[in-house]
Amino acid sequence: MTNAASSIRDVKHGRRTRVSRKASSLALHIVLIIGGLVSLFPLYWMVVAGTRPSSDIYSAPPALTPGSALLANLSRLFDGTTFASNMAVSVAVAVLYTVFAGLVSAMAGFALAKYTFRGRQALLTVIIITMTIPFQVTLVPLFELMTSLGWVNSLQAVVLPFSFNAFGIFFMRQSFLAFPSELIEAARIDGAGDFRIFYRIALPAIRPALAVLGLLLFMFQWNSFLWPLLVLTEPSMYTAPVFLATLVGLGQTDYGVLLLGTAIATLPTMILFLVFQRHFVSGILAGAIK
Amino acid sequence: MTLTKSPVGTSTPPSSRSGGSSSHRKRRPSRRQLIFLAPALVLFLVFQAYPIARSLLLSFQTRVDGKLVWAGLHQYERLFSDPNFGLALGNTLLILVVQVPLMLSIALILAVALRSTYVKLKTGFRLIYFLPAVTALLAYAIVFRTLLNGDSSVANQLLASIGVGPIDWLGDPFWARVSLVAAITWRWTGYNMVIFLAGLSSIDPSVREAAAMDGASAIQAFRSITLPLLRPVILFTVTTSTIGALQLFDESYILTGGGPAGSTLTIVLYLYRTAFKSLDFGYASAMAYVLVLIVMVIAVIQMRILRTKDDE
Repeated sequence: MTNAASSIRDVKHGRRTRVSRKASSLALHIVLIIGGLVSLFPLYWMVVAGTRPSSDIYSAPPALTPGSALLANLSRLFDGTTFASNMAVSVAVAVLYTVFAGLVSAMAGFALAKYTFRGRQALLTVIIITMTIPFQVTLVPLFELMTSLGWVNSLQAVVLPFSFNAFGIFFMRQSFLAFPSELIEAARIDGAGDFRIFYRIALPAIRPALAVLGLLLFMFQWNSFLWPLLVLTEPSMYTAPVFLATLVGLGQTDYGVLLLGTAIATLPTMILFLVFQRHFVSGILAGAIK
Repeated sequence: MTLTKSPVGTSTPPSSRSGGSSSHRKRRPSRRQLIFLAPALVLFLVFQAYPIARSLLLSFQTRVDGKLVWAGLHQYERLFSDPNFGLALGNTLLILVVQVPLMLSIALILAVALRSTYVKLKTGFRLIYFLPAVTALLAYAIVFRTLLNGDSSVANQLLASIGVGPIDWLGDPFWARVSLVAAITWRWTGYNMVIFLAGLSSIDPSVREAAAMDGASAIQAFRSITLPLLRPVILFTVTTSTIGALQLFDESYILTGGGPAGSTLTIVLYLYRTAFKSLDFGYASAMAYVLVLIVMVIAVIQMRILRTKDDE
């Protein structure tokens, strides 16, 4: 009797939890979908606005579907403004920075991981402290330095000052620590020089970490705004973000052109992300590891 | 907790030290090693160490008839009596106190939801929530500005369809701050969610299973198991978000230009104007050093908390 009663209760209970499970699953999905729409809408609208004439941006009802002004906007953006050259500058500084700062970081990280020498610990401490100092403190003296070197409006003014990337060096050191020193010794016995060992053996061994570092550096430079805003004063030398910022300030903004330019300026990082998703996530977590 | 204990940390694996120790004693820096370090060292000295030191000097100087002269603590005293700096500091702290907890709560809830067994299409949701984090910083500020600006903006028209508004998003001091917080939260929530997801996946599932067997409800298990185990990760996100918020510039420069009436003026925006619009380098340097001080204090607090946790 008691057994039968309890088993009936169990069945009822089981049905109730199944129903409540379904209900909470549905509720959860609704919340997640609304969140997803909030997440996607600004990006979707950016693309839509780029295909519409400026007057549509504040039209009623709001223009929420792609329009037919894409070609007109493209031609005004590329023929009527310096945008093409600004994108070229952006790509140039981002690529130069990624390669240069990446190489500097890898070399220093290799030395810090694989050579023992006096002062190594002190150097590491300095690097870790540097990571916590906000870069804004260097702006005024760096700007003076750029002016006195005559580097204003040059690519090196954008690329060089932040090529010492403390996080990059630290990250590279951590990656090289896991690389077996026996391989280096073996190569040395075979007569390979330090550069050959670095370039031919050590670097290829940490290729995944290099990819992560490359992404981080590229994103950093691509997103950089305050520094380029200071050292680039010639409109054709602006990076894409600096150019777009000048459009925002204008009294009569051509919104179609502005948002098309904004969408185009977002493309490189979007594409990199979609291609290298896994590396992006490990890049963020590498930041978490520090 | 693989996430916070870095695999190599501060200890050097024995291999790098003992490898071939018979033939290689601890060496003095040879020329070869210096060549590997030289580019980083030169860049560090010229573009980091020198500006940091020079900025400190500048903060104790003032310009008289175009010449820099010693001014003692004059610039720092000015900071205390400058209403604009007070405003910038207050705004930054206000944004920080509201935005960081808001964003991290949403990020944590999303991360927990995306690990729930009820949820389908997890990868799809994760991708969608992360997309804002790869939008160029300036791009999203521009998009939000155009979405919010004016009575007939898309945001106001959408609100009007449910009978609300119009709201003067960028022109009213209160709503301008709300807009700034909303924009930053949109950009960075998915980023922090990814960090939380990694933290959650490093929690041994058997701990939670044991709690479930003991009859703990999902909320109980979350509060007494997940949250404590996630503490180092949460602390990390709090610190990085706080330091990020203290250095806010791009968003308030584009979205509101610091206005209206200075309601979204941030420390770095004010620093930028002082240095590069008013050309008051000494004063701007003093401001920068106050920022350094605040960030350093936060970094030290973080290290302290992590250490006490390790001691337990």
